[in-house]
Amino acid sequence: MKFLARRLVRALVLLVGVSILCFGLTEFAPGSFFDEMRLNPQISPETISALRTHYGLDRPLAIRYGRWAASVVHGDFGYSLAYNAPVAPLLWARAKNTLLLTSLAMLVTWVIGLPLGVWSASSRGGLTDKVAGSVSSFLISIPEVVIAIALLALAVRSRAIPVGGMVSLNAEDLVGWQRVRDVLLHLLLPVSILVLSGVAVVERHVRASVLEVLDAPCIQAARGFGIGKTRMLFRHVLPLAANPAISLFGFSLAGLLGGSLLVEVIAGWPGLGPLILDATLARDLYIVIGAVMLCSVFMLAGNFIADVLLLACDPRIRAGEPDAA
Amino acid sequence: MACSLRVQGLSRQYQTRNGWRKSTTVQAACGVSFYIPAGKTLALIGSSGSGKSTVARCVVRLERPDSGEIWLGGVEISRLGARSLRPLRSRIQMIFQDPTTSMNPRMSASAIIEEPLLIQQRGTRNERRERAASLMVEVGLSADWLDRRINEFSGGQQQRIAIARALALSPKVLVLDEALSGLDLSTQVQIIQLLKNLQAAHSLTYLLISHDLGAVAHLTDLLAVMSAGRIVEQGPTKEIIVNPQQPQTQTLVAAAEHFKKAFARAQGASA
Amino acid sequence: MPASLLQLRNLSVRYFPRNGAPTLALDAANLSIVRGEIVGILGESGSGKTTLGQAVVTLLPTAAKYDGQVFFDGRDLMVATERELSKIRGRHISLVPQDPASALNPVMRIGTQIAEVLRAHEALDRKGRIQRIHELLAEVGLDDPERIGSSYPHQLSGGQRQRVVIAMAIACRPQLIIADEPVSKLDLPLQLQVLELMSGIARKHCMALLWITHDPATLLGFADRIGVMQAGQIVEQGPTEQIFRHPQHPYTQALVGLTQEFALSERPLVNAHHAN
Repeated sequence: MKFLARRLVRALVLLVGVSILCFGLTEFAPGSFFDEMRLNPQISPETISALRTHYGLDRPLAIRYGRWAASVVHGDFGYSLAYNAPVAPLLWARAKNTLLLTSLAMLVTWVIGLPLGVWSASSRGGLTDKVAGSVSSFLISIPEVVIAIALLALAVRSRAIPVGGMVSLNAEDLVGWQRVRDVLLHLLLPVSILVLSGVAVVERHVRASVLEVLDAPCIQAARGFGIGKTRMLFRHVLPLAANPAISLFGFSLAGLLGGSLLVEVIAGWPGLGPLILDATLARDLYIVIGAVMLCSVFMLAGNFIADVLLLACDPRIRAGEPDAA
Repeated sequence: MACSLRVQGLSRQYQTRNGWRKSTTVQAACGVSFYIPAGKTLALIGSSGSGKSTVARCVVRLERPDSGEIWLGGVEISRLGARSLRPLRSRIQMIFQDPTTSMNPRMSASAIIEEPLLIQQRGTRNERRERAASLMVEVGLSADWLDRRINEFSGGQQQRIAIARALALSPKVLVLDEALSGLDLSTQVQIIQLLKNLQAAHSLTYLLISHDLGAVAHLTDLLAVMSAGRIVEQGPTKEIIVNPQQPQTQTLVAAAEHFKKAFARAQGASA
Repeated sequence: MPASLLQLRNLSVRYFPRNGAPTLALDAANLSIVRGEIVGILGESGSGKTTLGQAVVTLLPTAAKYDGQVFFDGRDLMVATERELSKIRGRHISLVPQDPASALNPVMRIGTQIAEVLRAHEALDRKGRIQRIHELLAEVGLDDPERIGSSYPHQLSGGQRQRVVIAMAIACRPQLIIADEPVSKLDLPLQLQVLELMSGIARKHCMALLWITHDPATLLGFADRIGVMQAGQIVEQGPTEQIFRHPQHPYTQALVGLTQEFALSERPLVNAHHAN
């Protein structure tokens, strides 16, 4: 319990720090929301300064931060200048879509990558290992952008799957299963991009940690006691190899919200990505800050879950042993 | 100019966590005191868990004792900070049990031996190389092997290189933490002979840590027996072996004696 | 003459490392062990003694080629399939690994690890397994089997871990136990205890022991016969007393001389014999 409480306090302090940093950094970014308006000759400078006062943008930094913090406590997370609405519901609507995309992608990535990594390691040097190795190396060396654009081009050319958006134009007419099917079809492109970019990393990591465990003296000793290969793999090797894999899993969790921004923009998925991009370009301050805070929360939660998992799985860490991984 | 080592009332404890529950305190060393006159050898004997390694690490200031004093020659070093300790580090050096983990196996022998000189910024590049070469010869290896990697040497040779590294800064006191265990019998004999020669040549003071009474009996003038963090008996080696007082000492001596008696039986009349 | 349990006939093992010349780790070794006999293999590092132990339990590293035969109870192990071999390992031939600390899986409880060995070879139900685990732990001298069984390896002392590993090795009452330097990292009183324990267990269950070590002193009063190894060859074999009393081969003579002068005497070392 003490452990949990300590982590929670640390996380809160970190979040406050992130928010302060965010505020400070955006202050230094050139331009403001009203720059475009200024270019428009039809809007007078008085109108613009009136708008500025209305939104409180002429106040000093500290006061703005204080007002924003108060709005966080209220649940609003600030006020969007472009949408003319509180930030929180805007964020949340988009965040839900992003979470749908990334959780599905993470599930598929690990369902493919984990067994493949274990299989490659146990058939060290065999055909599976060589094939998986080449494919992984190939995928790792291609940047995510390139994969995204390539798949996008493929999808558009072949017209096999819908591109862009979450639902088709006739969405309101669809019911029940057809609706689900519609969303799934739209998910196909962004999920494929994410999976192709991520699965190689998982496979290589899992393979490396299983290989290391296979050479461990305790596994050789188990072989000497006549423990069968399959049972040994699942009952003896995997629990030992779990440690680094769990850390990687924590990383994946932490990136659930922030890791897909690029893909969403390219594939046209209505998630946080396009929202943040537009808001940044338009200098819609509070959306940007709110989104960053949300991503930080997920990051901290992901790391925390990984730590809890590690503590649960490895008795050495529970006892504070120095030589635990 | 030889250097003595005195330890007075050394104590060190460790905290061990027990997951989410409270942590327990382990008293690794408690009130340990001994004195090694300059140029002499003291062996700290005890079973595993008796605290001997803890004492060794505190004496070399790899760790800081919780209480007690450590007198290296005339200087008290248990409370010194890192900066004041730096010049004194060359006076006392340590040799560890397993040469494959105490040295980077992919480094060359010359890199290993020259490293202390490099860290303490002694000599030019050529001077360091020459010193490394002469040290290799002194520990019984050929200077031609300077550029070989550590993992190309045998266990006994690796330990010799570790000794050469320890000698690089011309220390006055050497601490050997189980440096002989894990070596073959004949290798142990050779290393012990080397240590004896080095002690005579450089007036070195030795603190030996070991669990094997038989191996160290040849090298050491003084013996201190540790059990559960305390020294239970100490004195000249001969006296302790011939007349052990404490039960822990008696167990240790009896074990060594057992093999001796079995040998005598096997040999029959011809001893 | 009783039929031999284990017989090595002209066994040679060659290693082919990826970069470097092939080395001959074992050179035409001939050895036989009868049921219930304790045989010591004495040699220094590089003598091939570890390879000998690995060959008997057929756990040679993959980059090794062998010649010759290893007969166990009349069967040639070198031509058996991996499936058959994994049935033999642990059940008929057991290996006590070298370093007990690293031979135990750090994330599995002790009781579970022993149960795994039982599971692989014997058809016991859960209750039977638990009972057998308690019996085994008691046999190796560990009281409080409940606590030990539910502990993790890092919670036990070195001596306790060694006993646990021995319990795992004898779990299925094998006919032959191979031990590679099982006591060299322990302190002397503990070494004595483990030796007494092993010889007691071997006598009680009529198990043969192949005890590999570099320390001649530990074989005294323990092994019935000794084989001395140097550079991959068994240079001398015979009853223990004979080896110590009248060593024939110069290498054996040097080793015995060393033991006498060094490990057991209180006289200071004057001239060290060099065994190699």
